[in-house]
Parts: sequence; structure tokens; C-alpha cells
Amino acid sequence: MQAYIDQLIQQGYFAGTPKEVVYAIAMVLAAFIVLSAFVAPLAGVTSWLERRVWARMQSRIGPNRVGPQGILQWLADGIKNLLKEDLIPSAADKALFSLAPYVVFMGFLCTFVAIPFGSQLIVADLNIGILYILAVTSLVVVGILMAGWSSNNKWSLLGGMRSAAQIVSYEIPAGVSILTIVFLAGTLSMQGIIKAQGAAPWDWFLFNNPFTFAAFFLYFTAALAEGNRTPFDIPEAESELVAGYVTEYSGMRFLFFFFAEWGNLYVIGSVATTLFLGGWQVPAWSIFDNNPVLLGVAQFVVFFLKAYLWVFVAMWVRATLPRVRVDQLMALCWKYMVPLSFFCLLGTLCWMLAFPKGNQIFSVAMFVLGLIILAYFCKRVVFQIRQARPELYFKPHI
Amino acid sequence: METKDIYGRLEQQFPGKVADFKGDVQEPYCKVDAQAIVEVCRFLRDDPGLKFEVLSDLTGLDWPKEEKIQVVYHLYSYAQKHQMVLKVDLPRDNPKVATTEGVWKVANWFEREVYDLFGVIFEGHSDLRRIMLPEDWVGHPLRKDYVEQEEYDGISTQRAPLVEKLLR
Amino acid sequence: MNETAPVETGFYTEDMTISVGPQHPSTHGVLRFVVRTDGEVINEAIPDVGYLHRSIEKIGEKVTWHGYVPYTDRADYLAAMFANQGFCMAAEKLGNVEVTRRGEFCRVIACELNRIASHLISVGTFGQDIGAMTPFVHALRERETINNLMEEICGARLTYNYIRIGGVGYDILPETCTRITEFLDHFEPLVDEYNRLLSYNKIFIERLAGVAVVSREEALSYNLVGPNLRGSGIKWDIRRDIPYSVYPELEFEVPIGGAQVGKLGDSYDRYWVRIRELHESCKILRQCLKMLPKGPAIAKVARKFKPPAGECYARVEAPRGDMGFYVVADGSEYPYRVRIRTGSFTAMSIIDKLSKGIMVADLIALIGSLDVDAPEIDR
Repeated sequence: MQAYIDQLIQQGYFAGTPKEVVYAIAMVLAAFIVLSAFVAPLAGVTSWLERRVWARMQSRIGPNRVGPQGILQWLADGIKNLLKEDLIPSAADKALFSLAPYVVFMGFLCTFVAIPFGSQLIVADLNIGILYILAVTSLVVVGILMAGWSSNNKWSLLGGMRSAAQIVSYEIPAGVSILTIVFLAGTLSMQGIIKAQGAAPWDWFLFNNPFTFAAFFLYFTAALAEGNRTPFDIPEAESELVAGYVTEYSGMRFLFFFFAEWGNLYVIGSVATTLFLGGWQVPAWSIFDNNPVLLGVAQFVVFFLKAYLWVFVAMWVRATLPRVRVDQLMALCWKYMVPLSFFCLLGTLCWMLAFPKGNQIFSVAMFVLGLIILAYFCKRVVFQIRQARPELYFKPHI
Repeated sequence: METKDIYGRLEQQFPGKVADFKGDVQEPYCKVDAQAIVEVCRFLRDDPGLKFEVLSDLTGLDWPKEEKIQVVYHLYSYAQKHQMVLKVDLPRDNPKVATTEGVWKVANWFEREVYDLFGVIFEGHSDLRRIMLPEDWVGHPLRKDYVEQEEYDGISTQRAPLVEKLLR
Repeated sequence: MNETAPVETGFYTEDMTISVGPQHPSTHGVLRFVVRTDGEVINEAIPDVGYLHRSIEKIGEKVTWHGYVPYTDRADYLAAMFANQGFCMAAEKLGNVEVTRRGEFCRVIACELNRIASHLISVGTFGQDIGAMTPFVHALRERETINNLMEEICGARLTYNYIRIGGVGYDILPETCTRITEFLDHFEPLVDEYNRLLSYNKIFIERLAGVAVVSREEALSYNLVGPNLRGSGIKWDIRRDIPYSVYPELEFEVPIGGAQVGKLGDSYDRYWVRIRELHESCKILRQCLKMLPKGPAIAKVARKFKPPAGECYARVEAPRGDMGFYVVADGSEYPYRVRIRTGSFTAMSIIDKLSKGIMVADLIALIGSLDVDAPEIDR
């Protein structure tokens, strides 16, 4: 994007203003466009999709009235919440209480400047891209603690503290899994990591060696825990703590927390795609040769679909699994995931020493193995659907 | 074992403290003195031939005409599959009896309920307070002569008849 | 699993007092616990009941014998048939009424259908308390069919007023019997689906294995009944051991807890007993539908039912345990005293003892596994 701005300056559009100011304005504008045209509708549509997906899994229908198939439900919810009375408990700490949702929102929003949608479609190609994303997503801890504390409610406090412990602990397996890939790619930059992979599945880092295969699942589980999703949604455990740290919130503030959660799902999917699934890489077909727009669109579509697949899997997991208890959660992280993730890191480093240029045969073999596992999984899913015979299940349109 | 035989054992063990065995009714019962109830219950629970491990029910009956409140104990034995009913007569104006909480732990809650609704004081109870009704309720509802209080927390407990409400 | 030994750190930490309920998404009904915790570990959980006290026992002294049956529905609205049956059995014993044979079979059919519905709710809400929201909706889906069947049988979906003194209120038609059979054929394989979703789920098992173990002696001393008692390994079922109605002629098993995972008498055992009882109820229903005789559904009972003076204790095996009806008659057309002793009341009494040293999340699991139901406690 910087090249494009340089081109515009050379053509004399912004005579009189210093280059840095032009850059700054362009950045802000781009971020704003990404935010309003992509992130907000994305989070909203994710909320609608989540409700429909859960509903189909629970043999119900879900929201289908507002707009075609209910797709504008999130707009209706947003407008309703905006019009609600703004309640702040009288004994709550007003400043922190009002600020907490925005801190959480910022924590997930700032990551979008570094998400690579295409080879030219990235707001800021930082050379520390993935480190920046990891750092910024930790801001939500501050926001959640603020929300829990300032609500002046013991349930919220419990929820806030549980959440802080959970997110901080799970940063470690997530970070070490990411580190595994960074070593393989040799760079922290998001575009760099994608460029180190190829378009074909056996060129992805996921199938590169068995240690990255394990690291992917470790990363996904740790990221789910960081995003407060079931089975790790103890902080907002509806049946235990009423609503955890958001108990005292109502109206738009309440919605901000959940916007952040649904948007965060997409960020998790994007990071997983970037690191493990080859990002926006499309096969080098000849129709893309002189058509950068078509190439851009194809790359965007590929990236979006890959990332959204993981959003769907996260929703699927939430509808299926019960919740783990807090001490089991901590035990899982520190006793099992942290040693495992370090083991994967060491394994990858040894692999890199053994095969400096990568091992194509092994990658293809891993890919075939992955396909077999996927086929078995699909077979079990079909079996489960057939066992529960009600007719409602056999019309799987969304 | 037949209830007659159980009563025979009880009479042997506690002469003078048990009386009035009625065997030809649906639920044969016998009356026990208020002072002896705890030892009778403990004997019934621990004796290997009787083995009443379970206190099925502990409740009260109010007989205003005879000026007494009866506390009724239904005992059951899973091992021997027999049951026994004990009744304790207490004077209506000052009903007091020892607690059987030490014999069966569930008696704790049953006795709290009898205290709440009948006003029977169980001596030695670890935590005798009202269970169903709020702490500041006045009166014991299951007594036959219970009259509701006029107001509770500032809200009237009397309901105006419907016709009056319509005419207003 | 629970490493809750206190650590001497030299810090002064206060206990936190939280109130679980009365408005809470997962206390079953309106219940309240005042919980004193040290962080996540509970030191004391004091139950505070009485929010749903409707003085059913006092009302029993003011309405006629026939007129009291709808009130018994509300004693536990999830298992209304059993309360009906308990009271009617007590009244019939007092008044020397013999129930018709067809009436007895209709009673058993209605009761076992109600048992399936109640266990479905129990299992579903238990899953939801642990966090799995899907089995709850599936369980309710099946319960909808049962509610429709109940509506065909007696006109109501929740509070049935079906079992009357002398028999049942309405006869069961042959079309309903066909529909019940269809429902059973559809439902029995689905119990396996609940098992795959919940019972064999590793997270579910980890949450429940070894949590809140109730030993045999405690179960007897605290008078736990029903699946709570059977979960601790004691094989006791009123239908088998103090038989009533036509249960002696029916073949069914009494499942008890077997410590498949964790210890005997933990939360998982109690839950597993309920799942097994779903299968047993289906068995009983099939036998009853085959054996349903012809004849009148209700015996002739006087409109002003006046049993002679006396008292009677009737027990039924409700889904939450042995419901005991202690009814005292004095020869008039109103009962002198009606006492309902329910399984949930005694189950609440053990919660204070069991909750020392477990975590807040475990408390919710404990309440769900004991299948405590607020209307039963407070009546």
C-alpha cells in the first residue's frame, strides 16, 4: 500500500503537505475503511452465523426473520442496544466501568492493521507483524480485569480474575507454537511467513513436519482459551456466574464485549491461516498474470474462506463440549500444553537441522495422512447425523 | 418383623417409657415418652435385629381438642424391610422435646420444619431457625388456630372481596 | 483432582460471601445458597429455602379429598403424576377403595411417561450447568413429544390432575397407545445420542468423577432417596421393595451406581443411574401397553368422599425419589392433615456437608447431580 501512496504523491496529488502527514492520513483512512466496511459487519455476521449454526445443531432454526434468512439480525440487535438505557451501578467505579469495553475492543481491533488479506492488501506490513498481533491481543486482559473490578460485584470479580489467569497462562502455548513457525519461516512479518509457504497444501507449514502439525492444534486450543470460548468460557460461564465479568453491563457496552469476542474468533482464524495454512497463496494460474485486481480478489477470497473455516469450527466446538473447571484449565495449560509446545519447538528445530531445505516427500505423506483423518472424521459426522433421525436434520441449508 | 414384636422388644428395653401400642390400624404405632425418645431411637437404629437406619419422616400433628401436639416419627429399615411409627405427645402451650439429630442427620432439617410450622422446640438442636418462612414471621401456620398477621413488611395480607373491588 | 490444601503464606485473606440465587440461571427453581468462599474454594454453603413455599399442606385441610388432587400436581410440577398417585393411594387405603385393573395400568403408563420427561429435564439441565448446551435442547425436543402425548391422555401438558381417587380421570384411547409405541421406538436409540454427547465426553467425566462422594452410611443417615440413593450403591426402589399398583407383575431392573469412573457415590454415578432409568421406563411402558386390560378406568367413588378416621402412609417412587404421603383423616370430607415428604427436601440437607472444600463450579454440578427441585423442597 505504501507503494501506491508513493505513486500518488509522485503524480502531484498532495503538493504542499509533507510526506509523513500524507502517510499518516492514508493510514488512518485505510484503518477506518477496514474497520467500518469489514470488521464491524464481520463481527455482526459472525454473531448471526453462530446463532444459526448452534440452532441447526440443536435441531432448532435460529433467527430467520430480520432480513433474508435473518442476516440483518445483528443490525437489529445493535440498534436495540444503542437505544437502551445506560445503566451504571451506583457503587461502581464510573471511569473504569465506562472505559473497560473500549479497552477490550481496542485489544482485538488493533490487530486488523496487520492481518494480510492479500499480497498487496494489508494496511501495514510490519516487519514484526505476528509479534505485534500477539502483544495487542493481550490488551483484553486489562480490559476484562477493569470490567470485573469496577462492577463492584463479587460475581464479576470472580469472572474477571479467572479470565485474567486464563488468558495470561494460555499466551505461553500460543506464543511458543507461533515461535515454531517463525523459526521455520525465518521472519516475524506476516507477509514474509506467507511467502515462505506455497499454494499447494503440502507446501503449507501445517504439513511440513509432524511437529508443526501438533503445534497447529496446540495453537488453536490455546487461542480458543484466550478468546474465552467454550470449552474454556469460564469467565462468562453463564450457568455459574450469571454472566461473569459482564454481569453489570447492559446496552451497547455489553455488546462491545461480545463484538470483541466474535471478531476475535476471526483474528484467531486469520492467524492460524497465515501461519499454518498458507494464507492467501493461490496457485500460479495464467489468468492472474496481467490482472492484479482479479489476483487480489482471488487471494482475498481464499484467505477469507480459510480463516472462516476455523471460525465455524470454533462455533461447532462451543455447541458440543461442556466447560472445564478452572483448576483443570490451569492444569491443562501448565502441565500438558506448555511442555508439549516446547517439545514441538525443539522437534521443529531438529527437523530444520536434518532437512534444511524441507522434505517434500514427507510433506506430501503428511498431507495424505491429514486427508485420511479428515475423511474418517467426516464419516463419523455423517454417522452421528444419521443416528439422530428427525427430519429437520436433513435440510442442512443455513 | 411384625410391629407387635418390635413393640415387644421396645417394652422389654424401655419399660414404662413406651405405651399405647395400636396394632390394628393401617400404620401401627406406639407412643413414647418425650424424655426417652432419643434413646429409643438410638436403640432402634443400632440393634442388629431391628436396624432402622432410615428416618423416613418426622412431622407434627396438632390436636387442639386434646390440647396436644404430636410429633410423629416414621422409621424404616432397608435391611429388614419393616417399619415403625413412634408418636410423642407434647403439651400444646409448651411443646419441647429432645432432638434426634445425633441419631439420624436428616432430622436436622425435618425438625427445623416442625419448629417453623408448629412451634415445637427441639432441645439440643444445632441450628434451630425457621426454614420455609422468613425469619421475622410471626406465628406457626400449621396449627389449627393459626390466624394470619395483618401485615407483613408493610403489605396487607388481607384481600378485599372481589365485589367490593369491582364496586370501587 | 482437588488440590485444595491451604497454603500458609502469611497473607491475610478474607473470605468472600456470595449469594448463589435466588435469581440464577442454574439453581433448579428458586433456591438460594449463601456461600462463603476462600477464592474459588468453598468453606461453607448454607441453603436458604422457602422461596416457593405455597403452604400446600395447610391447603389440604381446607379442601375436599377430590379437590386436593390438583394441588398435589403442584407439589413437584415436573413429576406431577406421582404426587397425584401418592395422594390417591393414601386416600384409597383410608377409604378402602379398590382401584380398577385398567385404572392401575393407565396409572403406570402415565407415571412412567412422566418419569421419562422428568429425567430428560434433569439430564438436560445438568448438561447445561456443566456447559454443554446442546443436549438440553435435544432433551426438550423429546419432552415435547411426551407433552403432546400427555395432552392427548388428559388434556394438560404440565399439571395433569389425571390420577383420581379410584382410578384415572380419562381412559387411554387405542390411538394414543399406538402413538406411545411410536414414541418409544423413536426415543430409545436417542438415549445413545445423549450418551455420546455427554456421558462418554472426557470433559464431562473429568468434571464429575469423584466430586461430592456420598457414602452408604451418609446416604442412609441423610435419608437420600431415588437415584441419589441408588447412585451410592444401595439397591432400593419402592416399586420393587414396597410394591404398589401393578409393579409386581412387571419386569424391570433397578440400576445402581457402579463407580464406572471415579468413586462410588459421586456425581457421575447419580447421573448415570438416571440415564439407565430412562431405558427401564421404556421397558415398563412396552409391557404395560401390551398388558392393558379392558374395563372401566375408574371405580365408583362417592362424590363426597368421607373415609373413616385413621391415618395412612403411602409411598411412590417419583423420579426424585420416594415421595411419602402421610394423610390423617378424621371422618369428615376434608383431610385432617396432609403431609408430603419429598426426596429433594432431604437432598438439600446434605448439600451443606458435601460442599466443604469443593469449588464453586462443583457446587453447581452437585446441585444438578442431586436433581434438586425447588417446588418439592418448599411445597
